[in-house]
Amino acid sequence: MSNKQLTIDANQAAAYVAHNLSEIVAIYPITPASPMGEWADEWSMRGQKNIWGTIPDVVELQSEGGAAGTMHGALQTGALTSTFTASQGLLLMLPNLYKIAGELTPAVVHVASRTVATHALSIFGDHSDSMTARLTGMGMLSSNSVQEAMDIAMIAHAATLESRIPFVHFFDGFRTSHEVQKIQQIPTDVMAEMIDDQWIIDHRNRALTPDDPVLRGTAQNPDVFFQARETVNSYYNHCPSIVQKTMDTFADLTGREYQLFQYHGPEDAERVIILMGSGAETAHETVDRLNSDGEKVGLVKVRLFRPFSMTHLIQSLPESVSGIAVMDRTKEPGSPGEPLYNDVLASLYENQIENWKPFESNPKVINGRYGLSSKEFTPSMVKRIFDELEENKPKNHFTIGIHDDITHTSLKVEENGLKTDADRFEGLFYGLGSDGTVSANKNSIKIIGDNTDNYAQGYFVYDSKKSGATTVSHLRFGPKPIHSAYLIDKADFVACHQSQFLDRLDMLDNAREGATFLLNAPYGRDEVWDNLPEKVQQQIIDKNLDFYSIDAYKVARKNGMGTRINTVMQTCFFAISNILPREKAILLIKEGIRKAYGSKGEKVLQSNYAAVDNSIENLHHIEVPKKVTSNIEMRPAVPAEAPDYVQKVIGEIIAGNGDDLPVSAFEPDGTFPTGTTKWEKRNIAQEIPVLDPDICIQCGKCALVCPHAVIRMKAFDGDLAADAPELFKYMDARGREWPDNTKVSVQVSPEDCTGCELCVEVCPVKDRQQVGRKALNMEAVQPLLEQEIENWNFFVGLPEYDRSEIKQETVKGSQFLEPLFEFSGACAGCGETPYIKLITQLYGDRMVIANATGCSSIYGGNLPATPYTTNADGYGPAWSNSLFEDNAEFGLGFRLTIDKQEAQARELLQSMGDDIDPGLKDDILNADQTTEPGIFEQRIRVARLKKQLESSVHKNAKLLLSIADYLVRKSVWIFGGDGWAYDIGYGGLDHVLASGRDVNILVMDTEVYSNTGGQCSKATPLGAVAKFAASGKRTSKKDLGLMSVSTGNAYVARIALGSNDRQTMKAIMEAERYPGPSIIIAYSHCIAHGYDMKYGLNQQKLAVDSGYWPLFRFDPLKMDAGENPFQLDSKAPKISLEEYAYNEMRYLMLSKSKPGAAKKLMKRAQKEVNERWKVYEQMVSVYEPNGSTDKK
Amino acid sequence: MNLETEYLGLSLKNPLVPSASPLSNEVDRVKEMEDAGASAVVMYSLFEEQINRENQALDHILTRSSEGHAEALSYFPDPGVYHNLHAEDYLAHIQILKNTVDIPVIASLNGVSKGGWMSYAEKMEQAGADALELNIYYIAADPSLSSEEVEQQYLHDIKTVKQNIRIPIAVKLAPYFSSFANMAVQLEKAGADGLVLFNRFYQPDIDLENLEVKPSLELSSSFEKRLPLRWIAMLRPHLSGSLAATTGIHTAEDVVKMILAGADVTMMASVLIREGIETLQNILDGIAEFMEDKGYESISEMKGAMSSASVADPGAFERANYIKTLQGFNPDDIR
Repeated sequence: MSNKQLTIDANQAAAYVAHNLSEIVAIYPITPASPMGEWADEWSMRGQKNIWGTIPDVVELQSEGGAAGTMHGALQTGALTSTFTASQGLLLMLPNLYKIAGELTPAVVHVASRTVATHALSIFGDHSDSMTARLTGMGMLSSNSVQEAMDIAMIAHAATLESRIPFVHFFDGFRTSHEVQKIQQIPTDVMAEMIDDQWIIDHRNRALTPDDPVLRGTAQNPDVFFQARETVNSYYNHCPSIVQKTMDTFADLTGREYQLFQYHGPEDAERVIILMGSGAETAHETVDRLNSDGEKVGLVKVRLFRPFSMTHLIQSLPESVSGIAVMDRTKEPGSPGEPLYNDVLASLYENQIENWKPFESNPKVINGRYGLSSKEFTPSMVKRIFDELEENKPKNHFTIGIHDDITHTSLKVEENGLKTDADRFEGLFYGLGSDGTVSANKNSIKIIGDNTDNYAQGYFVYDSKKSGATTVSHLRFGPKPIHSAYLIDKADFVACHQSQFLDRLDMLDNAREGATFLLNAPYGRDEVWDNLPEKVQQQIIDKNLDFYSIDAYKVARKNGMGTRINTVMQTCFFAISNILPREKAILLIKEGIRKAYGSKGEKVLQSNYAAVDNSIENLHHIEVPKKVTSNIEMRPAVPAEAPDYVQKVIGEIIAGNGDDLPVSAFEPDGTFPTGTTKWEKRNIAQEIPVLDPDICIQCGKCALVCPHAVIRMKAFDGDLAADAPELFKYMDARGREWPDNTKVSVQVSPEDCTGCELCVEVCPVKDRQQVGRKALNMEAVQPLLEQEIENWNFFVGLPEYDRSEIKQETVKGSQFLEPLFEFSGACAGCGETPYIKLITQLYGDRMVIANATGCSSIYGGNLPATPYTTNADGYGPAWSNSLFEDNAEFGLGFRLTIDKQEAQARELLQSMGDDIDPGLKDDILNADQTTEPGIFEQRIRVARLKKQLESSVHKNAKLLLSIADYLVRKSVWIFGGDGWAYDIGYGGLDHVLASGRDVNILVMDTEVYSNTGGQCSKATPLGAVAKFAASGKRTSKKDLGLMSVSTGNAYVARIALGSNDRQTMKAIMEAERYPGPSIIIAYSHCIAHGYDMKYGLNQQKLAVDSGYWPLFRFDPLKMDAGENPFQLDSKAPKISLEEYAYNEMRYLMLSKSKPGAAKKLMKRAQKEVNERWKVYEQMVSVYEPNGSTDKK
Repeated sequence: MNLETEYLGLSLKNPLVPSASPLSNEVDRVKEMEDAGASAVVMYSLFEEQINRENQALDHILTRSSEGHAEALSYFPDPGVYHNLHAEDYLAHIQILKNTVDIPVIASLNGVSKGGWMSYAEKMEQAGADALELNIYYIAADPSLSSEEVEQQYLHDIKTVKQNIRIPIAVKLAPYFSSFANMAVQLEKAGADGLVLFNRFYQPDIDLENLEVKPSLELSSSFEKRLPLRWIAMLRPHLSGSLAATTGIHTAEDVVKMILAGADVTMMASVLIREGIETLQNILDGIAEFMEDKGYESISEMKGAMSSASVADPGAFERANYIKTLQGFNPDDIR
């Protein structure tokens, strides 16, 4: 049997086993488990077979609930079935897991364990999701490392078939699921040997079939349910021994031994930690080190968590143990202890009765929580726990890794940063998401893993931004196995791939004495030193760093690779790290390039090869002067004028010091202030738009489309310009609507701009003297920065123009309104955020937003800073995210409360008698709030009311005061993407549309699951490639618009800002005014469409021109007025679908991979566009008041 | 009546060869050409520039957004192999055409740089092309580049290709050389088995409405044949290789004129796009009619009958301006 070594992550490792041992794979994407499903789908798409020679059928469902239901059905009819999930997804599967386990159906659910959302969502890892499965009757197996993720997956698939207990196989999200390690692959013949065909035959024999019909899923009554439920006991009793037997067989075949509870340490250990997951790896490494220092400590790695075998646990512990710390990576508030602790306590107690194993003393047991949401768990922490066990009265129910200054649960840890293995290389690489740093490092790990005897590990930290995101790669190599499941804090090699990081990230703090420092900087050999910040120079001198520099962008550009510096930096790393001989490394890099790019053509290959060769000649060793010469200072995370909270909390998170914030820094219910993105100056644009005021026509389109609200338009009294900075640009206001001496400024925030160029693309004004120039042109930011910051600050300081004097219903007018959504972390050029921003300009002061999980909840609510903000009066959007699947219902709840509170307020107001000025009371109760002035007047009345209430002694005064603000009309908005609206949340959306209540739903339709990386949704168009539709989507996009029209009582619009901004404006305003449910489906171009996003609006136009995206509005109110409610706002197709679609890689890709299929699908898609257009035309005539159709 | 002709050493049943155009993208259209009487077909051009751009775009789009965000390590599935990129499509297409039609298939390669694109010439040969048309599509817009350098580049390219493949090559080029006649002779010396006169470029236009530069390619008009007609007539006596006439050949009369001037074959695309592939048959009928009228037995008999070597007034081809002269006066005749 061949022993192939692979350098992969745990998601791939687990998926490899599942794909080989399944017939059906039912999945739904969720971070961090999505890659498992993607791997399975990709392998099936490429025709890879399972060990029985058939290609597994990989099916994507509409939710994890759907995936679990499908899995249940597939199992009941006898297929070998598995799925992958995490977090909320696992929770949605729970009802089916009870069923699947209750029916003793062999199956495996692979879980990349992730935090369950509570006070906040977190995509990162802990066991709060997996622990919920312990209630279902599923078996549970835990993997601690990448190798184990493959091995235990195998053991789970074999043991489930023999035992009939279905399994949840879980490993830590990100820390294990995304960690790359060199591992041994399980050969397929070993897999075959592990599985007895008879088990499969037995499984099939239990299948539901009309050829041998039985019935399952009965409803039972009090007389028999209980007894029938107890029938499974013997299966659970036998399961642990079956799992151990499976592990033993596996050990015989592979040499890798596993036990249900695996003890590691000396036989006479006194203190023992019990835990599961990646933390066990860190504990393993630390135990070895402590024991070599003469301590007597050990750990038990829990592998089979359910069925929990108390005897096996007790037997695994050394008799000498006197202190046990049980560590849980989850929190169950209100429980006597976390789950593993409770199980250990119960086992020890039963041991006292059953006496399976006598201990020398009765061990004291404590429980600790660690590592929630991927919080670091380090050797220092492990040591600290052992130290605590030496205390006479150790702290119980402690936390470690945080500072709890409220309930004082935490143990204080001194990080020592000791190197655990002298032979080991540890490197840190700081890059941008877009520069290829992570790809390069993954490639380096493969090179070293595959070509040397070294063990290799890579772990990658990404920030939560989608534009200008920072990545940090942590690479370890060494001759001994690597158990370090934590970040590197002291590195032998630090590479800074972006010189602009130097004055904001203190990366050299992580450099060891004598380490190597590699810098990519746009300076020549002699200029580099003087351009370093003072602190960086000092650190280089103090730590005696070996300093190298290269202008990687120059090399990349020269070789036609644009801003991808991955190959260049990778070559430099190998050239100076000496991990491999230089020549060999270069050969291997080129080999890696050939593998990665070979299929993409000769030119790409040659560019990369040339970049490799050019790198070394441009790499400079820098002589380090003995003295600091620089006076460049590190930049503060937030400006000094930021409010206290921003300084103390948000600023610390921005600075990368969030780990140091104590419990007291946070509200206990997850509440955060809004309006904090303005303090996070990210400075990520290389170029910014610059206005030519001489030709600007003040149309407002640039401000309208700006995804980050960085380009704004403001009207102001000319007298205010007296204090303007000298180079502040402003113009006479155009149009008769403005009073004399009104000026207009169009200003860019240079530090918040992402440089996406949408504004320049949309600018309709060409310089007649030089038609290549527009009223806005991109220019290098650096020489303009200081001036434009000053201009921006002046601009922001100008008072907002009186809203009542602005023509809000026009595109131009709307852009004189202050946006209350700004500087989000959305992708540069995002197609969603302009809609959100526009809605906040119109209704931000009175809106409350329910936001489905997805891109919009991440850029809308991911820490550190929040983009929703307030106006000068303190009004602004209130925002919350509940879940992915329930957002329509969540928003409906808002509306119900608001309506109820308004009704109660009216009732109370009426009950107030003469305590309130009767005229005021009447005015409030009869106010017309259908327009903004009406709302503003009501706000003034309510303010007066509140004043009167404050001094009233009426028994209802206080109660009314608490809800008086509901007398002012509120606007409820429900935001989400197509994954929510078309798939997982559709049932709720449908119900809310039918509810008749006044909510406004904005579906930002990117036609894929954008946030999780471009998986197919029911909004994905026919013929486009997406994950889980790698061969092009074979079915049509669901027409959510027409489906919504069919409810009859909802306002429905389909819009595309880039095609018709006036129609977009109309639809939003009509939707808001409509007194029932409204839904707007907004074309949102997306990075997952595969083209330069600056052309996003052009593509929107083409989508409409081709008839692919017909614009329409359906307003039921018009029926009452005897008008046609169905308004088709776009014209008949005037270009072919191809002319639109083939500008996008999602379509073009298929013509590269499967040209025949692409052609056929495109033909079908075109036919469909033509037919659908006819349907839309018919809709117009159907609803024509005097049309042929009789509507009663 | 014998309509046979020889081009690049290939024996063709008549002088009608559809030139490189989108029509040859589809196998069925090529089959129709054969059925309508085409004696060979020049495939649409493989553009080196396009190949490079497509590959770079694919690489850029697929990689620029990858590994940047924890939740989305990529945005597209990876089909593993892009086995149908433009160039491979093209090579596969040659093979399919060779299996579908019996007439010779001439591959067309359009390159702009040194080195890189030469490899495609070999691949085209391997794929079964009967001959190769090098479509040298180069606008010498760089003021620092001398005419001699441009010419040397052409000659170098041809030599290189010629060294590496055995099938015959034709060179399709533009008339914009200071001394085209000299260039033509040098091209032949460098290894060109024939010349195709002339290339039509995409000529940019200005869109006055949007103030934008717009590339456009109009279909040719019959009038445009005058330029190749003149040069074929003038060059025929000086060249031993093949000459193909292209641009503005729309009717049987156009074909006949070209052959009389000295062309071995005539190439057409616009007329086939405009009037349909079946027009080929009408043109063939027209040629036969003319030959019968004038008593020509074969195409070879007609070939070059009115080249500058054969006409009474060769200067008629060379005059740059219309000169009104006395009937029969020719200064060269003055003794």
